Amino acid sequence: MNGELVIDVEGITKRYGGRPVVNQIGMQVRRGEIYGFLGPNGSGKTTFLRMLCGLLTPDAGKGTCLGFDILSESGEIKKHVGYMTQRFSYYEDLSIEENLDFVARIFGVKDRRHAVDQSLEQLGLTERRRQLAGVLSGGWKQRLALAASLIHDPQLLLLDEPTAGVDPKARRDFWEEIHRLAAQGLTVLITTHYMDEAERCHRLAYIAYGNLLTHGTVQEVIQAARLTTWSVTGDKLYQLEEQLRKLEGVEEVVAFGNTLHVSGRDAGLMQTSLAPFMAGLHKWQPIQPGLEDVFISLMEGAKDNFS
Amino acid sequence: MKAYAFSFQRFWALVIKEFIQMRRDRLTFGMMIGIPVMQLILFGFAINADPKHLPTAILCADNSVFSRTLVQALKSSDYFDVVTVATNEARTQHLLDLGDVQFVFNIPEDFGRKLMRGERPKVLLEADATDPVATGNAFSAINNLMITALDRDYKGPLLRLKATPSAVELRIHRKYNPDAITRFNIVPALMGVVLTMTMVVITALAVTRERERGTMENLLSTPAHPAEVMIGKIVPYIVVGYIQVLLIMLVAGFLFQVPILGNPILLLAVALVFIAANLSVGITFSTLAKNQLQAMQMSFFFFLPSILLSGFMFPFRGMPQWAQAVGSVLPLTHFIRIVRGILLKNNGIGETLPHLWPIALFMVVVLSIGLKRYQRTMD
Repeated sequence: MNGELVIDVEGITKRYGGRPVVNQIGMQVRRGEIYGFLGPNGSGKTTFLRMLCGLLTPDAGKGTCLGFDILSESGEIKKHVGYMTQRFSYYEDLSIEENLDFVARIFGVKDRRHAVDQSLEQLGLTERRRQLAGVLSGGWKQRLALAASLIHDPQLLLLDEPTAGVDPKARRDFWEEIHRLAAQGLTVLITTHYMDEAERCHRLAYIAYGNLLTHGTVQEVIQAARLTTWSVTGDKLYQLEEQLRKLEGVEEVVAFGNTLHVSGRDAGLMQTSLAPFMAGLHKWQPIQPGLEDVFISLMEGAKDNFS
Repeated sequence: MKAYAFSFQRFWALVIKEFIQMRRDRLTFGMMIGIPVMQLILFGFAINADPKHLPTAILCADNSVFSRTLVQALKSSDYFDVVTVATNEARTQHLLDLGDVQFVFNIPEDFGRKLMRGERPKVLLEADATDPVATGNAFSAINNLMITALDRDYKGPLLRLKATPSAVELRIHRKYNPDAITRFNIVPALMGVVLTMTMVVITALAVTRERERGTMENLLSTPAHPAEVMIGKIVPYIVVGYIQVLLIMLVAGFLFQVPILGNPILLLAVALVFIAANLSVGITFSTLAKNQLQAMQMSFFFFLPSILLSGFMFPFRGMPQWAQAVGSVLPLTHFIRIVRGILLKNNGIGETLPHLWPIALFMVVVLSIGLKRYQRTMD
């Protein structure tokens, strides 16, 4: 089964008021893959997800999702996709059990009672089944939403920033669950802003302002960026940061606690510009750039063509 | 702990913020201006508790100069607009049942001859008295009319007729509500008012809430078809509407002793159209409103003219033409006539249909606007 494309779309475009919010994006995701979808706020991630699951109709582009045409067979796609929205979108005035039961009915799940019971058990919420969803904490709401979007046994799971505002322990549990599901053959497309989460994905895509900037595995993405990064430690880093910013060849300077990451794409030019500073009191060290360095660099570069 | 002193600066910060938000929410701001203006216009211009020019049918079986004088006097009076002169009693009854005329003025055969003989002939004014307010002043007007109208015709030997208080005996027959009991008029109409209030508000809020809380997005990402979502949301409220109708009918019959002359089943059937019309208003509002507050205000904007211009609180015929025209568009106006007709006049399907199709038409128009808007909110 591996290698089969669950999502295979190209040229997907959506415009609002003439401005493209999603601009000619193509994406191939294989069965059982956890695909990370990253990009700054308002970059078009949610719009893209909505087009995949048939909530929105693309203005241009074509392709298939689960083998169904995204333009003409959205009804079929919806039956086999679990979509977890960014905001908790189940009924706060319904109990946990009632919410699950409602979703199971909507999807026409066979042996509904059993499915709901099983879901409650997996959630560890069997005891609290009659509690209203509205009183749950953020972490529990997220678990409920995940359980609800899985109740009809979907083949593709679309998760829109599922871990925003969730504590680290709950996030870790969540990711373990996602990996377990993927191992069983579920395909997961997940948007996130967390770099550690991005690193837990099999493959990634990064979009900014509607444009797909890069995609591939973490290693591929980092290598493709051809970024040279130096780490600097020492005193009065803030003043140094200001000075380095103005240098030719230095594209970004980011403070990580007591360390600065200085990156640029032209290694030679950077070397020349930085040479006088390297003789100073600070400790300089070339490092492998992280995903965050790459993404910030990509975003800075993309800003130029956005007006 | 020392209490904080009231800070003018903090207070002012809130005042400014509140005004900014008010300005942002254009619709709410518009309503704050629009509703008082509407109230002023409706209460100031539209409402009139002394209705004049009430449509009157004349049933005249006498051909004397006296009856012609009476008809003429009626025609020139402020209170009566003679819309038809009929010779067939079944026809005038039908007009009363339909509510097309408020009065039937009946001059019997041999009226002129009996008058000349000094036999004090009777004339009969039959009134659709379902709404006692609508007819009150017309009754006193016709009393005066009877005393003076024929004065000029009493010539020569007939001058003696002038001497008696009145040579003609006026009988007034209050049909449908002989004791002029206000609640007989109000309670049936209340059914329409209650339905309008709950059906419009509840559906407008129910759909807007779904969108405001983000649950609509989730629903639409499931295989649920938009039509399934809409109908699924409406049907429970139709049930609620019927519970209200039954409750009001029970209370009207047992507590208020309102006569239920017509067929309750017919009323229940007609109520469905009326409920559906109001639900379609609610749904259309929900596609226009951004939040529940706006939905609430729109409902109020619809509710106000419904109550004031429908003939529920004030006689419909007392209003100026433009207000009657607005009132004729509103479903409540027609439903009130239907309910009063069925309960008090024993109207059947034949008398009900002329008021039913305007409600259906209203629903079709509103619903098509709603569906158009609904599709646009999807993308």
